[in-house]
Amino acid sequence: MAEALLEVRGVTKRFGGFTALEKVDFLVRPGERVGLIGPNGSGKSTLVNCIAGTLRNEEGSIRFEGRDIGGHPAHRRTRLGLARSFQIPKPFGSMTVLDNLCVPLLYAARTHEELARSRIVEEATHILEQVGLADRARAMSGGLTQVDMRKLELARAMAAKPKLLISDEAMAGLSASEVDDVLALLSGLKEQGVAVIMIEHVMRAVMKFSERIAVLVAGRKIADGDPQSVVGNAEVVRAYLGE
Amino acid sequence: MSNKAFAAVAFVVALALAVASQLITNEYFFTAGYTVLLFVILATAWNILGGYTGYVNFGSAAFFAIGAYTTVALYNAFKAPLAVMIVSGTLVAGLAGLGLGYLTLRLRGVFFAIASLALAVVLYVFVVNWDFVGGARGAYILQPREVPFGMPRYIHLIYSVQLLMAALALVVARATERSTLGRGLAAIRDDELAAECSGVPTLRLKIFSAMMSCALMGMAGTTFPYYLSYVEPSSAFSLSYAVNSIAMPLIGGMMSWIGPLIGAVLLGTVQQLVQVTVSSAWNLLIVGALLVLFVTLAPNGIMGWVEARRRRKEH
Repeated sequence: MAEALLEVRGVTKRFGGFTALEKVDFLVRPGERVGLIGPNGSGKSTLVNCIAGTLRNEEGSIRFEGRDIGGHPAHRRTRLGLARSFQIPKPFGSMTVLDNLCVPLLYAARTHEELARSRIVEEATHILEQVGLADRARAMSGGLTQVDMRKLELARAMAAKPKLLISDEAMAGLSASEVDDVLALLSGLKEQGVAVIMIEHVMRAVMKFSERIAVLVAGRKIADGDPQSVVGNAEVVRAYLGE
Repeated sequence: MSNKAFAAVAFVVALALAVASQLITNEYFFTAGYTVLLFVILATAWNILGGYTGYVNFGSAAFFAIGAYTTVALYNAFKAPLAVMIVSGTLVAGLAGLGLGYLTLRLRGVFFAIASLALAVVLYVFVVNWDFVGGARGAYILQPREVPFGMPRYIHLIYSVQLLMAALALVVARATERSTLGRGLAAIRDDELAAECSGVPTLRLKIFSAMMSCALMGMAGTTFPYYLSYVEPSSAFSLSYAVNSIAMPLIGGMMSWIGPLIGAVLLGTVQQLVQVTVSSAWNLLIVGALLVLFVTLAPNGIMGWVEARRRRKEH
């Protein structure tokens, strides 16, 4: 078994008296495609926030490439190669679509990859072509459609040149063909050796994409394994459909 | 235009204006010119934190007064040369900005704004009770009898220095805007969480931008005691500095270095005209009326309006 890229051990996160995550273990290997599912409010986004550093977990450890990153602020984690997209798009509204990508290219990608300043725009354009936003490059990002904003979210995370990309519900509200586009895009990252954690409610996409699926219910991980066995798991069925 | 070319142009223009002003003997020209230039620096400085980074500073007067009172303190201590006063005032105000930023910019939102307002009040009380710099009575600063560079009067020197400082402020603001730092600041302004997750060290950048902004405000204040030969707390901490340094970028446009320049020249000149023709009591009222007008009709200022028109034409 290859060494873990991301190793989450016993992570607990409380909001006041409410325990959002309880002793969650979670592992991602280099280049692996992992689906993270669970009903609304099960703690998926909280887990992502703890991994990305936008929330601090009270207990447990988070290691990235063997390094303990539990105390790192979010920007240092991004610089190490751990990028995320947001569930509700957060574009840099006063910038063009192209400039949106320049921010992570300048601030994150260059810290762990050779990238000359003169090649930033070229690289940003290349990523926009991959996500199908090339024709919107000069548009102001604040005026994009919801669908384009989701693509921009993904593109901006990719521009950080991550080793692990966390995609937080990138497909919500997309049409079937758009879902396929995004799926193809995320699958393409595997060829570049990028591991992906996909949080998604679109089950068709998760099943098609994931090599492994983890299920969170009420802050606990109740299943973790290959997609077929997980959806057959009685506990998972119960959590989703009720008894 | 590259940063170096712009700096060269800015300083050459400032020098040319300074040389030309030596021929002017009308005292009022310098009163008006100095004030407008002062506002150019204050507005440009405010915009680095307020416009580029998105954190509102209500305490511009405090940082301006720090510059002014550093000069007074150094004058009373050992009649320091003007250059020493300018550098010291800039540094002290920068340090105050750094401290305030460190304490309040860890939190997102209005904390910095409130703290900056509080700082102005606290410093005011402090200065009023500090005898060494004249306390509430104020302090007299005598302009040196000998004026360097063969200038006719000391006000010519102060005006020329102010011109160069305004050029410096514009060069710094423009270079910041176009640098990687400027992009990071814009990302913070647009969405701080997304900026942090894009690798932008938001806290460090915010504090740095606060320091830079406050240092330039302090710099603007250092020549003030020489301009009037007299400083007292209520004029150094005047509400007019805080209000104008917000209003001018807002009216000119906060997205680029040129906005505050346009706003300051426009509003500053109008205020001077009204002061002469009507009454100085109207100044703040005019600022208020213009602010309401712009916020409703052109919320992104003059430059924002121009930019929007240009974009519309392209499509």
